[in-house]
Amino acid sequence: MSETPTAEIVAESGATRVAFGGLWTIEAGGQLEAVARKVDDLPEAGAAVLDLSGLDGLDTAGAWVISRTRDRLEESGRGGQIVGARPEHATLLREAAYAPVEPLPPPPRGAVPLLADMGESVYLAGRDIVSGLDFLGRIVVVGGKAALRPRRWRLTSTFYHLEHMGLRGAPLILMINFFVGVIVAQQGVVQLARFGASTLTVNLVAILTLRELGVMLTSIMVAGRSGSAITAELGAMNMREEIDALRVMALDPLEALVAPRLIALVIALPLLTFLGDISALIGGMLVTWGYAGVSPHAFWGELQYPASIERFVSGLIKAPFMAIAIGIIASLEGFAVQGSAESLGKRVTASVVKSIFTVILLDGAFALFYGAVNF
Amino acid sequence: MSPPPALSVRGLEVVFGEHKVMDGLDLDIWRGEVLGFVGASGAGKSVLTRTILGLQPKQAGTIEVDGRDLDAMSPRERGRVERGWGVLFQQGALFSSLTVRQNVEAPMREHLDISPALRAELAMLKLRLVGLPPDAGAKFPSELSGGMIKRAALARALALDPGVLFLDEPTSGLDPISAGEFDTLIATLQATLGLTVFMVTHDLDSLYAICDRVAVLGGGKVSSIGTIAQLLKSEEPWIREYFHGVRGEGRTRTARVRAPA
Repeated sequence: MSETPTAEIVAESGATRVAFGGLWTIEAGGQLEAVARKVDDLPEAGAAVLDLSGLDGLDTAGAWVISRTRDRLEESGRGGQIVGARPEHATLLREAAYAPVEPLPPPPRGAVPLLADMGESVYLAGRDIVSGLDFLGRIVVVGGKAALRPRRWRLTSTFYHLEHMGLRGAPLILMINFFVGVIVAQQGVVQLARFGASTLTVNLVAILTLRELGVMLTSIMVAGRSGSAITAELGAMNMREEIDALRVMALDPLEALVAPRLIALVIALPLLTFLGDISALIGGMLVTWGYAGVSPHAFWGELQYPASIERFVSGLIKAPFMAIAIGIIASLEGFAVQGSAESLGKRVTASVVKSIFTVILLDGAFALFYGAVNF
Repeated sequence: MSPPPALSVRGLEVVFGEHKVMDGLDLDIWRGEVLGFVGASGAGKSVLTRTILGLQPKQAGTIEVDGRDLDAMSPRERGRVERGWGVLFQQGALFSSLTVRQNVEAPMREHLDISPALRAELAMLKLRLVGLPPDAGAKFPSELSGGMIKRAALARALALDPGVLFLDEPTSGLDPISAGEFDTLIATLQATLGLTVFMVTHDLDSLYAICDRVAVLGGGKVSSIGTIAQLLKSEEPWIREYFHGVRGEGRTRTARVRAPA
């Protein structure tokens, strides 16, 4: 018994007999095609007979290839009669009979689809802004309604998210901001030493972290940590029809799912920013102590002027706005997840990228605003 | 000497924490038979299937394929054995980011060196075999109905023309006509390809229509095994309830009518 598919071409009086043998199964892979092609290319014009009596094994793949060969022979008037097939093989040949398969249309290529893609993404970006504003409006309505009815406040859920976004995020935020404080102070000491103004490093660290870096880095970390989690949770719920289940229970997903997360974010982000600010100042203090010999006592003394309450507030006041932006983008992307795992991945990525982009944009807007009002 | 069983399980034990799900289970599946597998919900039917497939670790026992111990095989050999298995998961488990046709092509693409044209043709053949229209091939799993997902998943299970087919509740979620067609389809494939079918099911029609033998899982063991006719005579309470209960009675009546013919 042969393990491989064979087809022996025997010229007989008046006809060509093709004796199939061996295992015509999918295990043979490309050999099936190679052997069948030999039969396809039969040059003789006479009637070919396909003799299956010597076949050791057949599966759907083999049956498909053999029946394809038969059809090709028949079409070109070269016979193609099948003889000697065992009953089970005959059934298989009938069930897996060849039928032409339409090739898939090739994917569009070239400059036009690329331009169309770009146009589409610009259009979608515009629509994102509109749907974001629409969502914000709906959240305000939901919040307004819920505020009047304390029984509808979802405190358990809110505190659960507060714990995960705030408390459990704190170590990371502390570390990141500490290192940023260290880096800013180190550069400050080195660069300002040329002007003999190393002590001004305290001002540099205080102003930069309190006003800009603290809130921005904290927001970016929260967008990556909690924003992505929101999108993934809502997206997975959307995929498994859990959000539809809420709707048919006459529950508003915005109230049940989005509001607790958004409230938790709005509370957690300023708290984390505050921790981050302090952590960055400690990082700066350690570096000025080590590099420039400014003692901690002197550092705190110097800090009194640049770390004014206004400056502290100017950074912290941005945090709730950042939180709302992150929460809305993350929720919108979560609700936009469709059935596939790929879609979930794309939406989580989009959520993080858009959140970080918006955080930086908002920070810029605040800088312009503060400039205009001389804050 | 008769050939060894296609699949032989001996003394299987699977423990979840404190809970012993499989407690010395023995089971033989003979080549070319359709074995139905029933048991109360939560009795561990899925666990047994998953353990045989190697998706679930076992604490004790052996699983032999054609008389060879799975654990003693080299990874290469085991891969060959697993290639000869087709699995239809209960929820279909189609790859959600691939179209139906790409799903069916996926195992062929990984394991066979055939031309893309033949691969596409064979994928379309499998879709036709399971009764899906050709235009279903270009759809994504999320665009399909529950019944179509089952069919598409069966097409993928059949992609490599397996010798052993594991079906986890193949007809659940199908309308009676589709379920009947599905049974016929499995019977046809089984007859033509000499398939061995291991089928977890609660569909009494499937049990009557296509199962050669039925095994009943209870207390972590196969509590009874035999043909439908033998099980119908069983005195065990759960089996009596199963076949002679409210839903079973109509079926047994028709079976009795059918029997003399």
